[in-house]
Amino acid sequence: MAEKYIARSKAIAARMIGGEMMVMSAVDSTFFTLNEVASTIWQAADGRTPLSEIVTDKVCQEFEVERDRAQHAADRFVDELSQHGILLVSDQPLIDSSQESR
Amino acid sequence: MTPTLIADEKATVSIEIGGMAIALRTDDAAFERLIKNRYTGFVGTSSSSHSEFDVDLYEPSQPASPDEDLEVKTKGGEWLLRRGDFRARWDPETRQGHIRQSCNPYAIDCVLRIVHSLILAREGGFLVHAASAIRNGKAFIFSGVSGAGKTTISRLAPPDATLLTDEISYVRREGNRYMACGTPFAGELARVGENCSAPLSALFFLEKGAQNRIEPISPTEAIQRLMRNILFFADDAELVKLVFQSACEFACLVPMHRLVFVPDQRVWDIIR
Repeated sequence: MAEKYIARSKAIAARMIGGEMMVMSAVDSTFFTLNEVASTIWQAADGRTPLSEIVTDKVCQEFEVERDRAQHAADRFVDELSQHGILLVSDQPLIDSSQESR
Repeated sequence: MTPTLIADEKATVSIEIGGMAIALRTDDAAFERLIKNRYTGFVGTSSSSHSEFDVDLYEPSQPASPDEDLEVKTKGGEWLLRRGDFRARWDPETRQGHIRQSCNPYAIDCVLRIVHSLILAREGGFLVHAASAIRNGKAFIFSGVSGAGKTTISRLAPPDATLLTDEISYVRREGNRYMACGTPFAGELARVGENCSAPLSALFFLEKGAQNRIEPISPTEAIQRLMRNILFFADDAELVKLVFQSACEFACLVPMHRLVFVPDQRVWDIIR
């Protein structure tokens, strides 16, 4: 299966509030509240690190979750946010496309 | 024959909302009277203003519609505002602008709201669909969509409460606190607010119910609800981000709750 690279869109605003990451699309004002696991993936979405590596090195390490289950959940999360243009997804590294507003 | 030099005599009316004066220049005496009357209590006396607008009036060939879609966009550093009943431009650098409209109060009202919202967005403040009032030196905001109870809670305000608005609240940031300021933007009460301000003590999201109670609300839900009620006109991603950050900062400093209330005066017993 092709590797997946993810990067945060520039057209978003994000802020950690009360332990949860709030993400808002500046295009359509859609809101997402990310839980701890999703926040970890979000913060690691630098466009250069493959999603599989984020899952192995960050999610599995920090949350003691089984590898396949974590990968499946991460894929679903990435698909959903990418549909709203909040995460950019590519099978190639995404250079200079990542920006976190805060 | 001696040439006569006729000066371009324009009257200037300064409308001061939230401590920020916007000067309107017009050579139409009827329009001058109209805006002085509409903004009673908000006509400033200060000689300095944040921005100045020349207002030119025209007779529409057919009735201009304030219901037409509003367009607010930026081009070449200027903001361009457009609706069925007006065209306006404003340069935030020179702070000069121009409005072309028919002689009606709704167009100028809309321009003032937009310009204030754009200025406030850069300063951490905002306009929000909400009633607000001052009681015991503290300001309270009651936010909600149409029908949530803004007019009702305003109408029920006790004599010791000073009503700032029943429709559009003005929130300005001052260091580590927020001020709620009176506005002339009236809703169903058709009464302009008092032109005064006080430190903001709490924001309530209104819901009509069977008994009066204040309920907690999570910070993330509060921010989402606040964002839905903030007036924001421009289709500009950078400004949307600024407003979102302002809402988050606001949530860190001002308690936000859900206020479930029965529409009678006892609701004010729990607002202190």
